[in-house]
This record gives sequence, structure tokens and C-alpha cells, in this order.
Amino acid sequence: MATVTQKQQLFGHAPTNHYLDASRGVMSWIFTLDHKRIAIMYMYGVILSLFLAGIFALVLRLELYTPGPWFLTSAQYNQMFTLHGAVMVFLFIIPSIPAIIGNFVLPMMLGAKDVAFPRLNLASLWLYWAGGFFFIVVLATSGLDTGWTFYTPYSTTTSTNVIAATLGAFILGFSSIFTGLNFIVTINTMRPKGMTWFRMPLLLWGLYSTSIIQVLATPVLGITLLLLIVERLLKLGIFDPAYGGDPLLYQHFFWFYSHPAVYIMILPAMGVISEMLGVHCRKEVFGYKFIALSSVAIALLGFLVWGHHMFTSGQSEMASLVFSAITFSVAVPSAIKVFNWLCTMYRGDINLSTPMMYIMSFIFLFGIGGLTGLWLGALSTDIPLHDTYFVVAHFHYVMVGGTMTSLLGGLFHWWPKMSGRMYNEPLGKLFCLLVFIGFNLTFFPQFIMGSLGMPRRYHEYQAVYQIYHQLSTIGAFTLGIGIFGAVMTLVYAWFFGRKASGNPWGAATLEWQSSSPPSFHNFEHRVIVSAPYDFSSVVYDESVDGYVPVVPKREAAPAPQPTPAPVSN
Amino acid sequence: MATTNVVRDEYSELVDLEHSHDHEHGQFIAHHFHSAEQQFDSGKLGIWLFLVTEVLFFGGLFVAYIIYRYNRPDVFIDAHHHLDTLLGGLNTIVLLFSSLTMAWGVRAAQLGDNRTTAISVLATMVCAALFLGVKAVEYSHKWDLGLLPGNLFSYDPLAKHDHALISNYLVMLCVPFGVLLLGFLLGAILNLNTGKKLIGQFYGGMAITMLGYFAGVGVGVLWMATMTPKHDSHDDHHAAVVVAADAVRPVVFSADDAAPKVETAVVDGAAAAEAPAGSTAPLDKSLGVFFSIYYCMTGLHAVHIIAGIAALAWIFYRSLAAQWRPDYFGPVDFVGLYWHLVDLIWIYLFPLMYLIR
Repeated sequence: MATVTQKQQLFGHAPTNHYLDASRGVMSWIFTLDHKRIAIMYMYGVILSLFLAGIFALVLRLELYTPGPWFLTSAQYNQMFTLHGAVMVFLFIIPSIPAIIGNFVLPMMLGAKDVAFPRLNLASLWLYWAGGFFFIVVLATSGLDTGWTFYTPYSTTTSTNVIAATLGAFILGFSSIFTGLNFIVTINTMRPKGMTWFRMPLLLWGLYSTSIIQVLATPVLGITLLLLIVERLLKLGIFDPAYGGDPLLYQHFFWFYSHPAVYIMILPAMGVISEMLGVHCRKEVFGYKFIALSSVAIALLGFLVWGHHMFTSGQSEMASLVFSAITFSVAVPSAIKVFNWLCTMYRGDINLSTPMMYIMSFIFLFGIGGLTGLWLGALSTDIPLHDTYFVVAHFHYVMVGGTMTSLLGGLFHWWPKMSGRMYNEPLGKLFCLLVFIGFNLTFFPQFIMGSLGMPRRYHEYQAVYQIYHQLSTIGAFTLGIGIFGAVMTLVYAWFFGRKASGNPWGAATLEWQSSSPPSFHNFEHRVIVSAPYDFSSVVYDESVDGYVPVVPKREAAPAPQPTPAPVSN
Repeated sequence: MATTNVVRDEYSELVDLEHSHDHEHGQFIAHHFHSAEQQFDSGKLGIWLFLVTEVLFFGGLFVAYIIYRYNRPDVFIDAHHHLDTLLGGLNTIVLLFSSLTMAWGVRAAQLGDNRTTAISVLATMVCAALFLGVKAVEYSHKWDLGLLPGNLFSYDPLAKHDHALISNYLVMLCVPFGVLLLGFLLGAILNLNTGKKLIGQFYGGMAITMLGYFAGVGVGVLWMATMTPKHDSHDDHHAAVVVAADAVRPVVFSADDAAPKVETAVVDGAAAAEAPAGSTAPLDKSLGVFFSIYYCMTGLHAVHIIAGIAALAWIFYRSLAAQWRPDYFGPVDFVGLYWHLVDLIWIYLFPLMYLIR
């Protein structure tokens, strides 16, 4: 029957003529302007970086199993934690959610064919590769031992390859700026008719706030790293006290970017969680406007708190006091989000799928990560806790427990759209559980040993801390297996999974109105804009084994009355 | 079945509407935009955001400038005497004029007058190259004197500066432009002779641009030549200021309680004590920090000028190809905005560097 075939083409599983087989060959990928293919290529790089930096982390944890040196020299240990941090931050976390999920989903959520500047989008992917290449250069040459923050004066005097690493980070910064710029313009100018700002899906609010930070903060990092490179090459003296320069200026410049960058890492994750939550609870997201505006509030407040990384660096007490106070205020919008998520879950029709399990794990871990941030934001408690494992545990709870958890959850959620296949639900849940347990086992003991005084970045430690380090190492390997298993579940699904329909979750946002996987132009029909969490706008349809949008009846204009035929006699 | 029929009709309507819509697309509208207006708005917002990132990119350097000027006002007042206000002023006028020609070009493109656009954009490029030529003279002169950034700083105020009028550095800075000039000239002649008018005109325009660079170099060198005798006395007068500043500095900085600065003061003080005033000149390395900032800021600005010439060349080519119409002139507008920003940054750099009092 014509209607069933047509519906299957529009809203079902697309057997042929989708974006993955629209053209073939390596060149059709490298030079593609299709945001979906760019997202997939970003995914390869990001997941590869995750595994690479993850292996560095496991080597570190193994080395720390014993109090004394084991199989790494201290110099190698320094290189390991530096590369773990630098690769994780610049190549994994910062691009992760915006570049993969954002690139794939953002234009589709707007019912658009592509982002506003497809060529710029491709350029940012190429810059990502170029930046990654410089990190490979670092690995192949004399390494890097400055820590991911490249603090002067050590970074201007060490013999390791700081120039290659900073050049890599500089280039990656531009990749990030271009993505952000593209997203802002796309959201501003390409929303479909009927989608006002407050009818946008919450992921877009998260990505929009992220993009603002990317555009405003990253250039400052760019110029800072450039100055560092020139300082190493020519001895400028700007960061060198021997010439009247000031090393603290470097820290100010660096954290002016890198603190907002923390929100580049977490805001998209919050967006992903907000987005998935409504779908998997089948309930309108509670406090939509508050979640949306709190993202913007976090983005703006994030620019005013960089000094809390420098409480013990010798900045004035007044500055520390002000930075501390503003730091506390960031907790308000963050907490608003958590309360609204919990309220959305309350009395929701919770579907305990893999993404939902990642959501719950996110809320739990982010809660701990966020609240321990308050201890570090308070001046008196920060003095004993700074540069201990407490700090390490805190930011891993936010970055890994927050961002990585929601990235994995998001990948499971949008996997049917990206690949056209469903993953194996029991396996997905199993590995989610493993990630959760492994993560807590790794990092919770670090809170304890940090508060007992174990400093971070130390190669050797006193025997009293050994039990915590051992627990942490065991946890790290559990976490590693969990992440590897989760990714393998997805890979398996890509090739052998059950075919997915266009909208298997019954979500109401626009990207689900396409077939799975989407066609090259995303939609073969005009999209029907409804409220993003109005789940009555989709109905289950057996013929496509998924949900299809309800076409609204056209009742606005009154039906034309039959005009009486002119009497002709 | 009545319901199935209704469903088919509804979804068919969605598909049909989409297809009828596609035919409206004009030649210059990318496939993912609905209309020329949407495309223009996107580009405009995009370029403004890009300019924001540029401002912040320079912002880091401006902050560094403010901090060092606040910490060492003496160094800044002292060092700026080495900058040639007249050449800087000339460059300021050149850039302001180039903004005028750029704005003229944008207006012409809006009216669809491609010929005027091409001429205006060419004038803008010539001004940009002229700016670079003058800058090359300034840079090479300073390198000859040893006015270099940071650690490389080796200026000796008491030494006689008897150097050739055209320094080796200047020759090196002219080589790439000379090669480009010859290449473009050759390209223009060959293409015009073989009847490829468009590309020939483009190469011709680029050759004129390169000539603009050499015009700048010529003006700069002539000015330096007229200034040479006066310049030496200026330097001598200046040496006294440097020495005096050094003698005073330890006193000034002992009152300051910031640790790094005390160190500096001690080093300087020791240097001043070792060097008897007048015999061997004290090499004040902290002057180098001013030149670090000077070269970073003006150098980054020069890089932006070069990028601007590349972008303008693209606009110039498309103007020659007569691609602008009243409903499609976005790229001229966007490159114009970028050019105005580059101009604006110089408007700030000039007083901050050259006109310190």
C-alpha cells in the first residue's frame, strides 16, 4: 500500500540512500560538507583520544599501586600525567559532545539541512586533526612534562617539547572557536518557523551557552599560548621576572580561558542530560525556562571566577575573597538544574533504558562533583586541600562522571539515529553499571586520601596511603573495562544491531522526524514543529515499528463556503 | 479505509511542499539556506562573531601592555623615543584612507557596480601593501640598532650608529615581495597576451599591489635619509635619559614590596654600580620587554594585514568577474568589516606605542 511504503521511507529505517551510502570512497568523507559525516569523523578522533589518554591513565594507576617507584622513572611519570591531562582535555573532553552529538543533532533539531557554514565546519575538523598531529609529534619527540596547564617559568625552561604541544593546543583552540561560531549563527538564523527561543530543545540551549564561551574565551588562550611559544623561542621576558615580567600573568591569562573551558566541558553534558531526560521519563521537562536560562547564567558567571585556581599563588586577599564569593554563586544555577532534573523524574513514566541509567549516574556523580567544588571554592578549606588528590577527585567527578557519562549516554540515545541500528540493551546496561562502579571505586578513595594530605602529581608516596591507591587502581581498570565494553557494544550495534525506525524512543524533537539513518538532506519532507517535549505530538505506528509525528489538522482558516452559482437565466 | 487515506494525503502534502520549495534557489544561495536574506544574515552574524574573537585575541596583548606600562612607566616613556612618529603617522593616514576606499567598494558592490568595486578594492590593497613597506623600513632600522625583543635586546645608546641606509634586513624583507611582483607581472603579461583577460587583469592588479609595497619602502627610506643627522643627536640625548633612569631605579623599586620586582631592582642596581656612568653603557634589558610587546602587537597586526590582502585579492578577483549584484554582495561586506577592524586596531596601537607622554 502506498501509504505504508511512503511512511516507512520518511519515518522508518532507511535501507538505502541515506547519508552513509550517499557517496563512497575515502575522499567523499575527507572532503564532505555534510554535518553528519563530520560528526562521525570527529567521533573516531575523540574516541581514539579517549582510549589513548585512558591507557596513559591506566599506566599511571598501575605505577601508583606501590608506594615506591615501580616500572616508571619519575621523569616518565611526569610525562605520563601531563600527556594524560593534555590529551584528555584538548583532544577528548572539549570537542567531545559539541563536535559529535552537537554536529550531528543540532541542524536536525532545527529541521535544517546543515549548519550555517558547512565549509567552516569541515575546516574545524581538519584543524582538530592538525592539532592532534602535533600531540603525536610530542609523543614521538621529547615528550612533555609541564602538566596540561603549561605554567611558566617551568614551561619556558624545560627541555621537553612544549612548543609542539602548545602549537597543537593553539590549533585545537581555533577548531573549537569555529565550531562555536557555527553553532551560534546556526541557532540564531536557521530556526524553523514556529520554533521560538523558548521552544528550542534544551540541548540547543546547552550548546548555545557553550558556544558563547568558546567564542569569547578561546582567543585569549590562543594569544597566551602564542606568547608562550615566542617566549620560549626569543625570550620575550613578558612572563620572566628577570626582565620585569610576571609569571602570575600567565596563570591569569591561562585560567581566564581554562576556567570558562570547564563549562565548555560540562554545559553540553547538561544539555544532553536535559534533552534525554524528558524522553526517557516520558514527561515534559520540569522548569524548562529555568534549565535553559541557568545554562546561560553558568556561561556568564564562568567568566568571573578564574581566580579560584590561584588562591594560593600569591594574589591579593581581596581578589581571592571576591573570586571565592562569585564561585559560590555558580552553585546556584547548577543546583537549579539538578532540582529540575529530579522533579522531571518524579512521577515520570521512567523507561529504564541504557541512556536513562547514564542520566541517573550523571546526576549522582555530578552532585558529588559539584558539592565538593564548594569545599574548594571556600578559602579556608582550599588552603589544606589545594594540590591534593581531593582536587583530582573533584574535577574527575565533574569531567568524567559528568561529561564522559553523558557523552556515553548521548551516544546510546542517538545511536539509532546515527547508525540506523539499535544497540543491545542488556549489554548496554551492564557496561553502564560497570562504568558507574569502576568510576566510584577509582575516585572516591581519592577524596579520602586527598583530605588526609596525599598531594597530587607525586610519583612516590607514604605507605599509609597505599590502600586508597590500590582501591583506586582496581577501580580504574574496572572503569577501563566498562568504557571499552560500552564502546564495543556500540560498534557491534553499528554492524549487527537490530534495525531501528526513525523514532524508536518516541521523542518529540525534530531530529527524530527523519528516517534512521537520515538521508543526505536530513529530511525528505517538511518538518512539523511542535513543542520539544510535547509527547502527544508523536504516535506509535506499527507499520514503521516506531513513532511518527501527528500531522496537525489545518483548521486555522474556515473552510470556504461553496459560493452559490450565479443564476443564469 | 478512510483513516489510511487521510494519513496518505497528509504526508504526501509534506513531501510535495518540500519539493516545490527547492526551485526558488538562486545561483548564489547555498543549498541549506532558504533565502538570500537568511544567507546574508548568517554571514553577517558570523563575521561579527569572528571580529569578537579577533578583539579578544588582541585583548590578551593589550592587557599585557597595560600591566607592563603600569609596572614600568619609565621603560615605556623611555622606549617610545625609538619609534618614528612620522612614519607611524603616515601609516595611520594610509590605513584610514584604505578604510575609506573599502567602504566605497562595499557601497559600489551593493549597487552592483563591479568596476568601481574592483578599483576601490585594488586601492585598498595598495594601501595595505604600502603600510607593510613602511613597516618593513621601521622594523629593519630597529633591528640594525639592536632594538630587539627581550633577551635579544642589544641596543647600545653610546655606540655610533653608522649603518648603511638600506639595511640587509630590509633587503631580506623585500625579497618575497619582489618575487611576487615579478611573478604577477609575468602572469599578467602572459595571460593578457593569450587573451585570458580576467586572470590577466587580476595578476596585473596584484602586481600593482606589490608595487605599493615598494612605494612604502621608498618613502620610508627617503624619510630615514633626511632624518639621519638629526637622528644621531636624538640618540645621544636619549642615552643620558637611559643612564639617569638606571641610577634612579633602585631607589624607586626598593619601596615596592612585590618580590619579583625587588629581584629586578637588585639586578639593575648591581649592573648600574658595576658600570661607571658614561664609560660603558648599561644595557637595560627591561627596555627589551617594551620591544617584546611592540613586536608582538605590531607583528600580529602585520599578519592580519597580510591575511587582509589575501582576502581582498579574492574579492578583487570576484569583482573583476562581475559577481556582485544588489541581492548578493555579502563577501565584500564581510571582508570590509574585517578590514575596518584591522584598521581600528592600528588606530589603538599608534597612540599606545608612538605617542606616549
